[in-house]
Amino acid sequence: MTPFPPNPDQTPQQAQNKTDRKTRHPTAEAWGRFCQNHAAVAALVMLTTIIICAIFGPTLYPIDPFDMVWAPFSPPGKDGFLLGTDYFGRDLLAALIHGARASILIGFAAAFMSIFIGVTVGALAGFYLGLIEEILMRIIEFFQVLPTLLFSMVIVALFGASLPMITVAIGVVSWTAVARITRAEFLRIRELGYVMASRASGTRNHRLMFRVILPNALAPIIVQAALMVGSAILFEAGLSFLGLTDPNVVSWGQVIGSNRQYILDASYTVTAPGVAIFVTVLSISMVGDGLNDALNPKLRQR
Amino acid sequence: MNFLQSFITRVLYAATLLLAVLVLNFSLIHLAPGDVADTIAQSRGGADATLIAEIRADYGLDQPYIIQLGSYIGKVMQLNLGYWYFYNESVTDLILQRLPATLLLVVLAQVLALFLGVLLGVISAQNPNGLTSHFVTFLALFGYFAPVFWTGILLLIGFSLNIQWFHVAGMREVTISGGFWVHFIDVVRHLVLPMLTLSSIFIALYSRQSRTAMIHELKSDYVRTAIAKGLSQRAVVCRHALKNSLSPVITLAGLQFSAVISGAVLVETVFSWPGLGTLAFQSIIARDTPTILGILFFSTLVVVVGNLLTDLALRLVNPRIKGTT
Repeated sequence: MTPFPPNPDQTPQQAQNKTDRKTRHPTAEAWGRFCQNHAAVAALVMLTTIIICAIFGPTLYPIDPFDMVWAPFSPPGKDGFLLGTDYFGRDLLAALIHGARASILIGFAAAFMSIFIGVTVGALAGFYLGLIEEILMRIIEFFQVLPTLLFSMVIVALFGASLPMITVAIGVVSWTAVARITRAEFLRIRELGYVMASRASGTRNHRLMFRVILPNALAPIIVQAALMVGSAILFEAGLSFLGLTDPNVVSWGQVIGSNRQYILDASYTVTAPGVAIFVTVLSISMVGDGLNDALNPKLRQR
Repeated sequence: MNFLQSFITRVLYAATLLLAVLVLNFSLIHLAPGDVADTIAQSRGGADATLIAEIRADYGLDQPYIIQLGSYIGKVMQLNLGYWYFYNESVTDLILQRLPATLLLVVLAQVLALFLGVLLGVISAQNPNGLTSHFVTFLALFGYFAPVFWTGILLLIGFSLNIQWFHVAGMREVTISGGFWVHFIDVVRHLVLPMLTLSSIFIALYSRQSRTAMIHELKSDYVRTAIAKGLSQRAVVCRHALKNSLSPVITLAGLQFSAVISGAVLVETVFSWPGLGTLAFQSIIARDTPTILGILFFSTLVVVVGNLLTDLALRLVNPRIKGTT
């Protein structure tokens, strides 16, 4: 946008008012940029639909996904079951709708947990330099060499496969990327003038960290958060595919895992839940992409 | 000398990391409710308290935590990981039997992913907004966002059940006899699908990274100079720009070893590949603590060694990196 020349008929004060009306709130501005990315908007619509399905679907389609409702291996569309039935005669559509709850809930909860750990560790490491940073960086590296899925398998197997435990098992191993990003942002921002000024005027450390620096470090963290939700959903799908999940709660990965032996008889039982996972993770990542463009407009021009 | 020093520092540091992994895993298993004595008692249909106490004493589970931990680490130093509870087989032997299969899968999948990823990235960087570029992006997206076990099952349905090119499961056919090449082809026919599946996750990452790096390099001065002095586009890309765009890709690949191992666990389960992943799965179901600990130890070892090798590879590609990193 080119700055327009001041109108000679206006006093400087009036010109100032005119530009003021043009500047919008940063959030509105980011939203405007997000809307320019059509793929991201489509993905957001898709994601919202999936989440609404997960919340209201089970009440609107009240067939129990564990109930034997028809003969096994009824192909999709036949006999009135849109996605057919599995090896035990259970309705696959019901499994997909009910399974969305567990998959999405764990995805968001685990991502939230890993962001919480990552931001805390990253903020501490980036703010207090020296020994604290050194120790925290070693901890980050330690969690980076740990084979993540194996470690979560051990946690779930040892402490029981309840949904909270699965969430913890995923959250505990996947925070390192967030921590690294947060630390890098803190290292950059802590040297900026406004932080110096705030420090000089006697702001306490925790307030400096979380009220002064963190708000300006949020943009890349939010983008990373979107990616984390996607990878946590994939992670959960992997664990439940292996059978390391609450056997009384249906989830997408679990449906694939339990129908795996019957792909010769009915490949559709495996295809449908996989498509559900793929579409969900893809839309989350595209929303993340849109957020990236919206929150870091400078990156896009690079 | 400088190089040797920094290498030794890194090896020592890696050893410390491994030690920390051991302590963490052992503590976790110690913290968890129930132990192997319970599992053994359960598998025999119950046992009275004295027998359970005897089993505990047999396995040293009645000692205090610190002593158990110390003796465990002492044994691991001698590569003695204990015995598989159920079959009384040495865990080290068991893991060493399974490790080659996993290494074969993991290394070949990484190499394939790097090769295809860099190739696709370089091709799509030639014309960043062209049709090929969009196709590559789409392909990469699929590999990255589809759950890997699902990709595996789809490939299995496609190429083992519908078109019977490759074998469904395992690593070797028992019935086959013949010379080296017969066995070689047999293993290859088993290996292709798991390898493709595992690399599908990483092709996306590497092609994206090398595309970005290549686009960046193609804009730089030395490329313009090379073109100005009359080199062909192919020579500029392959001989000059490629070398410089490789190092970010290798750095990225080095960070993926832990993810490769995680992917391998799922892929091995899908294809019944006789590696560490399937063993981990079996021993977790059986609550076989020494085996689980041993597998975690060895897979961390693979990650750590992988990181060290990445470091070496980076120095080879980019001699400007010197000293400690």
